[in-house]
Amino acid sequence: MNFNMDLVIQSFPLLLLGAGITVQITAISVGLGLIIGMFVGIARISHVKPLSFLAAVYTDFLRGTPLLVQIFLIYFALPLILDQRVDPFFAAITACGINSGAYIAEIFRAGIQAIDDGQMEAGRSLGMTWVQTMRYIIIPQAFKNIIPPLGNEFIALLKDSSLVSVIGFEELTRRGQLIIARTYGSLEIWLSVAVIYLVMTLAISRLVAYMEKRLKTT
Amino acid sequence: MIDIKDLRKSFDDHEVLKGINLHINPQEVVVIIGPSGSGKSTLLRCMNMLEIPTSGRVVVDGIELTGEANINKARAEIGMVFQRFNLFPHMTVLENIVLAPMKVRKISREEAEQTAKRLLAQVGLADKAAAYPPQLSGGQQQRVAIARALAMNPKVMLFDEPTSALDPEMVKEVLDVMKSLVNKGMTMAIVTHEMGFAREVGDRLLFVDEGQIIEQGPPKEVFDHPKEERTKLFFSKIL
Repeated sequence: MNFNMDLVIQSFPLLLLGAGITVQITAISVGLGLIIGMFVGIARISHVKPLSFLAAVYTDFLRGTPLLVQIFLIYFALPLILDQRVDPFFAAITACGINSGAYIAEIFRAGIQAIDDGQMEAGRSLGMTWVQTMRYIIIPQAFKNIIPPLGNEFIALLKDSSLVSVIGFEELTRRGQLIIARTYGSLEIWLSVAVIYLVMTLAISRLVAYMEKRLKTT
Repeated sequence: MIDIKDLRKSFDDHEVLKGINLHINPQEVVVIIGPSGSGKSTLLRCMNMLEIPTSGRVVVDGIELTGEANINKARAEIGMVFQRFNLFPHMTVLENIVLAPMKVRKISREEAEQTAKRLLAQVGLADKAAAYPPQLSGGQQQRVAIARALAMNPKVMLFDEPTSALDPEMVKEVLDVMKSLVNKGMTMAIVTHEMGFAREVGDRLLFVDEGQIIEQGPPKEVFDHPKEERTKLFFSKIL
């Protein structure tokens, strides 16, 4: 067996481009997931029964089916309904976004439920509405609590985004595949890909730890 | 000011309030005492709908809370102080106080802050405006909580065991603030275990047990000459 270091060095710029795209889908998906997750998480605990039921269906469906199948549903099945081709980038961020929305909804729900009931009572006793109390009192406090699990979700999604390579979207994993198809350098390229993922996830976990520390002091 | 008719409240099968009738006059100070689990806190919490009564009528300042009234508007007129303070830990003391006046009453920040500073001075905490609640002692937190409730300029103040979570040496500073409110003529309903305070400031003492008002009257009379057996038994255990 020989390890071709030159191949690693030659391929690196291409892989980094792919890594950039991986970060991009992950960031957009988490952003989308945050918005979805916040509303679904709040809907889940609201006293409006149909709302909490719908939110439960949403989270159960998306957490109970594989992301890969969800990607296929959006990329291959949705076009049959829309009668129109779906762009791979759109499919990637939609699938990852609504999927992570379900996980983030559960993170939000737990974060909100961890806030003492007395906070809601105090807000309401002052004449504020449920929405005002959520917005100014509960959610800002919940945000602090959920930063660590949100960081974990970000890391999980960064890794799971490799699944969108199956629809030909050229993020890091797909770039690796393409280079190997040309060079047969499985060992060098997959190792490089793994190392790049590792560096990214380590960087995120450091960043989260730093944010957690900063938020604690305020 | 507060009018309660045949108020009942059940949690699942357990009836906590069994038909309470109570009328509180403007500027009256009513102190509610009773054993734990007697329903006294639930009674107080029904006065601003933190607990929704199972049946009966609650009217505060002419607004029937048990009817179709806008509950948020009604609550703005009813201040509440909790046993565990329930200050907002992520906001400074000043922010705690100005939040509701700005969001509910829609008054300007300048005006709200002016009022807040005046109230902080009134409760003896003028220098703590920029502090965060967790940095304060229990007694200080409870005084901020009183200032927060007062900032809405309420017509009634409800106190739910305001000194029960405090270290003994901090009870007095909170009771002193409450006394100053009594002297200003605030209408107050107070659930408490502080019998000396009840005797001193109460216009009327209510003894509640098993979801009913067992006995009521001027505090001195009830304390010194209780008529009901259950009241006597309760006093014999605590005094």
